[in-house]
Amino acid sequence: MLSKNKTGWLLLSPTILILGLAGLLPFIYVLYVGFFQWNPLAVDPSLQFEGFASNYRRLIFDEVFLESIWRSIKFSVVTLTIELSLGFVLALSLLSSFPLKSFFRSVHTLPLVIAPIVVGSIFKLFTVQGLGPLPHILKDYFGYTLNYGLNADQAFWMIVIMDVWHWTPFVTLTLLAGLSALPQDPYESAKIDGANNFQIFTYITIPMMVPVLIVVIFIRLMDSLKIVDEVWMLTGGGPGYATRFTGIHIWKEVFEKRYYGLGSAMSILYLYITIVICWVLYSVMVARGKNEE
Amino acid sequence: MLFVGFYTVSWSQGEKMKSKKTFSKIGTTFLWSILTIITLFPIYWMVLVSTRTPVELFGKPDLSPTFFQKVHWKNFTKPFLDGIYADYLFNSIIVATSNAALVTILALMATYALSRFKLPGSESIFFWTMTNRMAPPAAFLLPLFLLFSTVFKFGDFTLFDTKIGLILLYCVFNLPFAIWLLKGIIDGIPKELDEAMIVDGANLFTIFRKLIIPLAAPGIAVTSLLSFLFAWNEYLLASTLTSVYARTIPTGLSEFVTTTGTNWGTMAAVALVSMLPALLFLFAVQKHIVAGLTFGAVKG
Repeated sequence: MLSKNKTGWLLLSPTILILGLAGLLPFIYVLYVGFFQWNPLAVDPSLQFEGFASNYRRLIFDEVFLESIWRSIKFSVVTLTIELSLGFVLALSLLSSFPLKSFFRSVHTLPLVIAPIVVGSIFKLFTVQGLGPLPHILKDYFGYTLNYGLNADQAFWMIVIMDVWHWTPFVTLTLLAGLSALPQDPYESAKIDGANNFQIFTYITIPMMVPVLIVVIFIRLMDSLKIVDEVWMLTGGGPGYATRFTGIHIWKEVFEKRYYGLGSAMSILYLYITIVICWVLYSVMVARGKNEE
Repeated sequence: MLFVGFYTVSWSQGEKMKSKKTFSKIGTTFLWSILTIITLFPIYWMVLVSTRTPVELFGKPDLSPTFFQKVHWKNFTKPFLDGIYADYLFNSIIVATSNAALVTILALMATYALSRFKLPGSESIFFWTMTNRMAPPAAFLLPLFLLFSTVFKFGDFTLFDTKIGLILLYCVFNLPFAIWLLKGIIDGIPKELDEAMIVDGANLFTIFRKLIIPLAAPGIAVTSLLSFLFAWNEYLLASTLTSVYARTIPTGLSEFVTTTGTNWGTMAAVALVSMLPALLFLFAVQKHIVAGLTFGAVKG
C-alpha cells in the first residue's frame, strides 16, 4: 500500500492538474504576452518587444480603459448598495410568518438559477423599443421616454436594474440563512433591559451579522466586477461607451481590434484590481474569524 | 430604514401587539406580492412573445394571455427542428452533464484528500482553488483562446471548438465551489469510521463506495446539480472558444443580437427552452443554492 501522503497527493493530482492547465497556465501566458506588442492582423504579425512596460505605459493614459474600470467599480458599488439594503429588508420580512410565504420565496429564488445571458434576453424582450411593454407603459402613464439604445444614463441604470432583479434574491436568501442562525439570548436580554427595536437592530442584529455580510459583499463584488453576459445581450456595451464594463472592453480590444499585447496587459491590470479588492475583503474575513475563536 | 424598524417590531415583539401584527402581515404580503409581480412579469412577457407571430408582436404590446387560445409553434419548431439549435441543445446537454459528473468525482477525491490527510500546504491549495473562482473569465479569454487553438495541439486535434475543451475548462469555476461545498460534508463524517474500515482491510475504493458516497449522497447530489446548472448557464467562455461544432445554447442565444431584424418570437422561444433545466431544478436546488453560491460559507 502507498504511504498516506502519497495517496493524498494522488487523489488531489487530477484537480491540481486541471486547475493548473486551465487556470494557472493561461495566467502565466497572459502575463507573458502583456510584455509584447502583438497584433496578428498587422503587417508584422509576430510578437515585438518594445520595452518591458510598453503596454502598461500606454494603459495608464488610455482613458477608455481607465473609464471602463471606474465604470465597473461604480456599477459594483451601486448595485451592492441597492441589493444589500433591499435584501436585508426582505430577509428580515421572511423571518415573520405571513400567507403564501413559501410560494413568494420560491418565486424569489427563480432569478438565481436563470443564466445571465437569458436574463439579458428577458430584459431585452421586455424593454427594447418597439417590442417591450416597459417603454410603452412608461410613455403612456408617466410621459417618460425610455430608449437606452440612445440614452447613456438610461443604459447604465437599466443594467443596474437588471442586476438588482437578478441578484437581490441571492442577498436575501444568504442574509436570511445568517439571520435564522443567530442566537436568541442577546435579543431576550436586550428586551429585558428595555432596548427599543431600532437599538436592537443596530447594536445586536448588525454586529452579529457582520461575518455573513462580509461573505455577501465579497461574493457580490467579485461577481459584479466580472459582469459581461447580461450587458452584452442587452446593450452590447453601448451606446457609445456607456455600458462598456472592463470585461466587455477587453473582449472588444482583443477579438475585434486584435490588440493581443495590449489586451493582455489590460487583463493583467483587471485581474490585479479584482484580486486586490478580494484580498482586502478576504483578509478582513479571516481576521474576524480569528478574533472570534 | 423605515422598513427595517418595522420588521424588527414584528419580529421581536412576539405575542404582544396583535393589531400591529395583523397590520404587518398585510403589509408584508402586499410587499411580497408586488415583488413577485416584478419578478414574474418579464418572464411572463417572454412566454407571450415566444407564442406569437411577428405580426402579432407589431404595435402596442398586448399583455393578455393569448397563449391559451393560440400558440405559434413555429417559433419553437423552426430553431429546434429545422435549425441548428437542436445541435446546440445537444452540445449543452453533453457538456453540462459530463462536466457535472467529472467535477463531482474529482471534487470528491480532492475533498477526501484535503479532509483526511494532513498534506503540507493544503491550506494554500485550498485558497488557490478559490482564486480560480474569483478571477474574471474575461481576463483569461485571450490566453485560453490561444492555448486552445494553437498550443494544446495533438496532430490535427486542437481543443478549440470541442466539447472536451469546454468540459475540462468548466472545471476551473466548478471544482472550487464543489470542493468547498463537499468539504463541510466530508469533514462531518467521523474519521473513526474510515479508520475502522482500513483495519478491516478495506482499500480506498471500498471506503468511497461503502462509506463516503452513501453518507455524503445528499451533498453529492446538490453539488452535481449546481455544477450542471453553472455549466449549462456559462456563456462567455463558450462563445469565445467554440465556433461551429461545440456551440452551446447560450451562445446560440447571443447570435440573435447581431442578426439584423431580430426574430423576437424565436429568440424568446430559445431563451425559454434554455431556461427549462433551471426551472426543473429550482425545487431540488432551492434549499441548497445559498450554500452553493457562498461556497458553503453560509449554510442555507
